[in-house]
Amino acid sequence: MSREVTNLLYLITIVTFILALRFLSNPATARRGNQIGAAGMLLAIIVTFAQNEVVSYWEIAVGMAVGGTFGAVAARKVHMTAMPQMVALFNGVGGGAAALISLAEFHLHAPDPGTLQWDISTAIMLSAIIGSISFSGSLVAFAKLQELIRGRPIVYPLQQPTNALVFAGVLAAGIAIAAGAEQQWLIWALIGGSALFGVLFVLPIGGADMPVVISLLNAFTGLAAAATGFELENNVLIVSGMLVGASGTFLTIMMGRAMNRSIANVLFGAFGQLAPATAAAAAGATDGQVRSASAEDVAVMLAYAHKVVFVPGYGMAVAQAQHDVRALADVLEARGVEVSYAIHPVAGRMPGHMNVLLAEANVPYPQLKEMDEANAEFPRTDVALVIGANDVVNPDARNNTGSPIYGMPILNVDESQQVVVLKRSMSPGFAGIDNPLFVNPKTVMLFGDAKESVDKLTASVKAV
Amino acid sequence: MSHGLLLTFEITILVLAIFLGFEVISKVPTMLHTPLMSGTNAIHGIVIVGAMLVAGLDHKDTLTTVIGLVAVVLASANVVGGFVVTDRMLEMFKKRERREPDS
Repeated sequence: MSREVTNLLYLITIVTFILALRFLSNPATARRGNQIGAAGMLLAIIVTFAQNEVVSYWEIAVGMAVGGTFGAVAARKVHMTAMPQMVALFNGVGGGAAALISLAEFHLHAPDPGTLQWDISTAIMLSAIIGSISFSGSLVAFAKLQELIRGRPIVYPLQQPTNALVFAGVLAAGIAIAAGAEQQWLIWALIGGSALFGVLFVLPIGGADMPVVISLLNAFTGLAAAATGFELENNVLIVSGMLVGASGTFLTIMMGRAMNRSIANVLFGAFGQLAPATAAAAAGATDGQVRSASAEDVAVMLAYAHKVVFVPGYGMAVAQAQHDVRALADVLEARGVEVSYAIHPVAGRMPGHMNVLLAEANVPYPQLKEMDEANAEFPRTDVALVIGANDVVNPDARNNTGSPIYGMPILNVDESQQVVVLKRSMSPGFAGIDNPLFVNPKTVMLFGDAKESVDKLTASVKAV
Repeated sequence: MSHGLLLTFEITILVLAIFLGFEVISKVPTMLHTPLMSGTNAIHGIVIVGAMLVAGLDHKDTLTTVIGLVAVVLASANVVGGFVVTDRMLEMFKKRERREPDS
């Protein structure tokens, strides 16, 4: 197949990707969008195979089978709750692939003086740095969300100087490569140093901010892919990579906006560093008594309410309690109680996380209320049942200027008549900050695993 | 085409892609943020094309081919996993839409 035909077929792939992004922006067409994108990807792979210059068919096919099988099995088997870390993992390997391409290109061309022009070596430098950061950063994000390592920000003395030093080293190696240095160890140092920087850069970011970080690293991988396009003089890589780079950046900004935090604040704020000041400020507020209740007490409260609003959070997701929550809603509705769900845009670990889970449990769409709509309803709500949510209902975000989450829009559950909080223990939430809601006189706590507690509530409501 | 001319074309489409990327998703509702992130994640799996070229071209350099093949493995996981995870997320939305008319 000639270069011209190849490029025209790649153009079809580019068009499918643009359509995929457009369709993914609308709930009615989103799934079709994803399928169109997949079809375009398949076309690009076939076209690449058909190029005359490609010789090692079998090796590539085996490699694709290995990677593809891993991807398919991992993606199929993962629970809906673990989706965020899966996205991080797949993003990381993509970044790793981009870094390896630059490594191979440098290895191949650098020993021949004069073959690497400045633009190619600059592209190699960029995809090596960005791809490696995306690779190792995504793996740390994966480990944090999978709870292989602590979700809380990890801080240590001289952290900022260390990071700056590593970054300076990476930059120096990068500039040397872009300027035409041909020593092989430089590219290895560049990739190793960037990978180290990726780890150091994500470690101090709190688990609650991981979605924003993953989104940013996703944009990074797009940029790295675009850079490999310059190395290989390949349009489909340049355009598709840049599309992801740009839309990923935009998406990251939108996610940050939903949490009322700037991206700079997420990346360099190190949530935890604010903690001492906050602890002092919040200490006064959380002095009150925590009241805990039995499932039977809460069941009576719910059964005789007119209007109950469920506020799901990450606790519901980890306990896989969405089906049980739906069952409780059914029992309540059978008694004539009006039930709805208040969905905070960043409840759970990713925007839209709760929508996905509740949709899985077949919760009717009209019962899901977005934040503004839900907040308008709390003053006439009898019972707000908070199921494993914490930071998104923390009144400190409204009142306490010293709180790290001050200014984040929250669900005002404390405006309802009564609040019931289902929670495993009194431990602070993912962001590691106190929540005065728990000591609010209107609030009772029902301790235990969300799934068990909800099941107990369902049984008790039936018995009322 | 001269190398410099080709480069200017590449930079031109790069800049156009930046604007397109911003424009095409400008009105996405919050609940689609996660699936959209996952979908774009699958799309940058296009690096598989680069990995295939590096691994497949006849350049008689074993280390390059091996590195290229590892990149192929990683990129395939990105592509397949990315699209499958996104589809699973969106499958949930579809179920709900079918329910709407009868509820």
